[in-house]
Amino acid sequence: MIDVLIIGGGIAGIETACSLQDLGYETVIVEKERTIGGHLNNWDTLFPTHRPASEVLEYYTEETRKRALTIYLNTYVTSIIKLDDGTFEVNTSRDVIFHSKTVVIASGYSLFNAERKEEYGYKIYDNVLTSADLEKKLKTLNGEFKTPTDKVPEKIAFIHCVGSRDEKSGNHYCSKLCCVTAVKQAIHMKQICPQADIFCCYMDLRMYGPGFEEMYREAQEKYHIQFIRGRLSEVGENADGTLQLKVEDTLAARPSKIKVDMLVLMVGMESPQSTALFKETCGLQCAPNRFIQPNDHHIGSNKTNIDGLFTAGTSIGPMSIFDTINHAKASAITIKNYLSRN
Amino acid sequence: MNTEAKKQIWSSYQKEIADNNYYYARSCIRQNFFPASEVTFLRILREELNKNIFDDPNHTTCTGIGYHSDIVPFDTIQTVVARHFALMTEAGLENVAISCVTSFGMYTEILDLWHHFPEQLEKIREYLYKATKREFNIPKNIAHTSDIIYKFRNEIAEKAKHKLINVQTGEPLNVVEHIGCHYAKMFPTKGVGGAEFPQVLSGMIESWGGNVVDYPERRHCCGFGFRNYLVQANRGYSVSNTKKKLESMKPYKPDFIVANCPGCAMFMDKWQYTLAEMEGVTYDEFGYGIPVLTYEEMAGLVLGYNPWDLGLQMHQVQCEPLLDKLGIKYDPKAKYLDKNGNQMPLPEKPSCLKV
Amino acid sequence: MRNFGFTTTKSRTIDYEKIDTRLISYILQNEPSFNACLSCGSCTAICSAGNLTSFNIRKLSLQIRLGDIENTKLEIDKCMLCGKCLLECPRGINTRNVIMLIKKGLNIIDKNEI
Repeated sequence: MIDVLIIGGGIAGIETACSLQDLGYETVIVEKERTIGGHLNNWDTLFPTHRPASEVLEYYTEETRKRALTIYLNTYVTSIIKLDDGTFEVNTSRDVIFHSKTVVIASGYSLFNAERKEEYGYKIYDNVLTSADLEKKLKTLNGEFKTPTDKVPEKIAFIHCVGSRDEKSGNHYCSKLCCVTAVKQAIHMKQICPQADIFCCYMDLRMYGPGFEEMYREAQEKYHIQFIRGRLSEVGENADGTLQLKVEDTLAARPSKIKVDMLVLMVGMESPQSTALFKETCGLQCAPNRFIQPNDHHIGSNKTNIDGLFTAGTSIGPMSIFDTINHAKASAITIKNYLSRN
Repeated sequence: MNTEAKKQIWSSYQKEIADNNYYYARSCIRQNFFPASEVTFLRILREELNKNIFDDPNHTTCTGIGYHSDIVPFDTIQTVVARHFALMTEAGLENVAISCVTSFGMYTEILDLWHHFPEQLEKIREYLYKATKREFNIPKNIAHTSDIIYKFRNEIAEKAKHKLINVQTGEPLNVVEHIGCHYAKMFPTKGVGGAEFPQVLSGMIESWGGNVVDYPERRHCCGFGFRNYLVQANRGYSVSNTKKKLESMKPYKPDFIVANCPGCAMFMDKWQYTLAEMEGVTYDEFGYGIPVLTYEEMAGLVLGYNPWDLGLQMHQVQCEPLLDKLGIKYDPKAKYLDKNGNQMPLPEKPSCLKV
Repeated sequence: MRNFGFTTTKSRTIDYEKIDTRLISYILQNEPSFNACLSCGSCTAICSAGNLTSFNIRKLSLQIRLGDIENTKLEIDKCMLCGKCLLECPRGINTRNVIMLIKKGLNIIDKNEI
């Protein structure tokens, strides 16, 4: 019988495991990919400091090594069953069944599939990227930055709230991190393409965290990023492969037409399919946004409606890395309290 | 442009289109401004595809133009549409083939309304019975006539006498497709290919050898706008919308425009004359304007029908340069002969647009 | 040209390809803080001139960015130069200097010097 089974080997899962191991508990991590670190593997730099994402990843790789954490890679959970004695049986894609006293869902989020916003032409127009595509491009950048059609961009637009605050896409909620990510990426693009005009089309700018507002101001004042308040309604492609955007400048109360060489869609976070599966197999309660419903928003955000089943990180909703790590640490303490009580 | 991803979208918007036995709902604008289009549609269905379609002399306008101009009340148009369903029921048919995009939008919207508010359906049944003693069944299948041509596009391609290819260069013709707003913008799932990248006309163009022009203002309204057109002083709005589209498509040098909506075809054709007269502009390279076809006319040309039987002489922008590109032989002297071979009066020549 | 009793309407769409950037570039060169405007409107809410006329400094700032030089000429003289907006701006933009730069910039544009 394991003390804690952790689903997901991203930052949340690893931090939870490290903290619990340090408290003297036996943990096992189950990760569906062939490596730990989750989405962080695909990210180039982090807001608000622009530090390389690999630094955080290296830190956690080292922490994992030091503690010799038990991790099952290439393994995904197929069901969580709560047994009559209060412990859990966790079935996986491999021939392994885990029995554990507690389970932590640290399975994170999936990115909004931008193809669902048909009118933005993602995967149809070559020069439409998502924020995640841009990070990958920047991570592997070798030499001069060029658009997918091999042009040094003179005009780039970032579109906030793609698949967020959009009931047509089925997501009414704010993904919280896309605003600051757009500002970070816009600054990055201006640094590597100083000749480019850069636009951010936003509905509201939600610069909620420490250092975010400062970054926004820097984007305006130092990097001359133009912020246009308005949501993109449609994209068309011009004969020369540039894109035509239709956005209302809602402050000027006039429609506008912007021609750009590259468009970046700031895709939001969604509850992953695995959450729906857990909901089905163990009666886990989910919120209207499909993420896991915390048992108590303020004083029990790591607890779920099922005793002994906990959460860490973005399985309960969009979170930054900073918030995820804190949430994971809190999860470890919550589990410690649970295990010492039972 | 990645066409694979486009096909992915198309595959999620395929609708059921009846295979045979249609009740034909004609269009006010189509039969007046493109008088041979509907005849051609019936000819293709009956002679080329061996389908059964009933062209009912008792069928009337759906009153959509009046409805969209705030003249006809909603209950009235519902009752008129209910009468059409009654005529269909009396003819022993279950599938409606609708020629007009606005009628198609109205029928679809009314059926959706009745689905959500059954009491409204009961009220309309009562109105119709009181007024005409008629009763009706809800149709099993509703299709726009462009859906039906789309469905049989490959059969038509097999019988094609001409492809949408420039015989002088061997290159595919550049075709602008324009979808009427009421076709899929209200109910994207009711249109083939959805509302953002509709497939209904693209599918025909590609099957028949042409190249679809994807220009930035492709989804923009033609500018008809009903009430914006009816009052003369407001027509500036209407023509300005068409102008926006024409300006946007001009760099692609389209060989012709094809529309599935009768109103769109009419406005995109006739406003080219108006713009030429008002502002001295034309949107092709040589000053002739861009020909605008209905999809029935496009299908008719592909099937080798005589252009004058298709009524192309009734268009504002003249079709001869297009016929030459397609390698279609025509008799210039027969252009304005009536069906008995008598000379009709010749139209006046525009001052700017070349003919 | 023939008269049909109606004419085409000029598009209201702002075309970012056709923006006159002379005035905004001049202002930003000399008062970079102007870039930090959030369009919050606190300047306008307190404006002495805006209380009595259609003068709206927030809107004017947008119009300048969108290159509407003609309208800026008509509007700018309504400012009473009281400086209250300077006190209010949460981003600390030197709005008084912005006003002076608008006036100077318009003069220079008139003389075709930029």
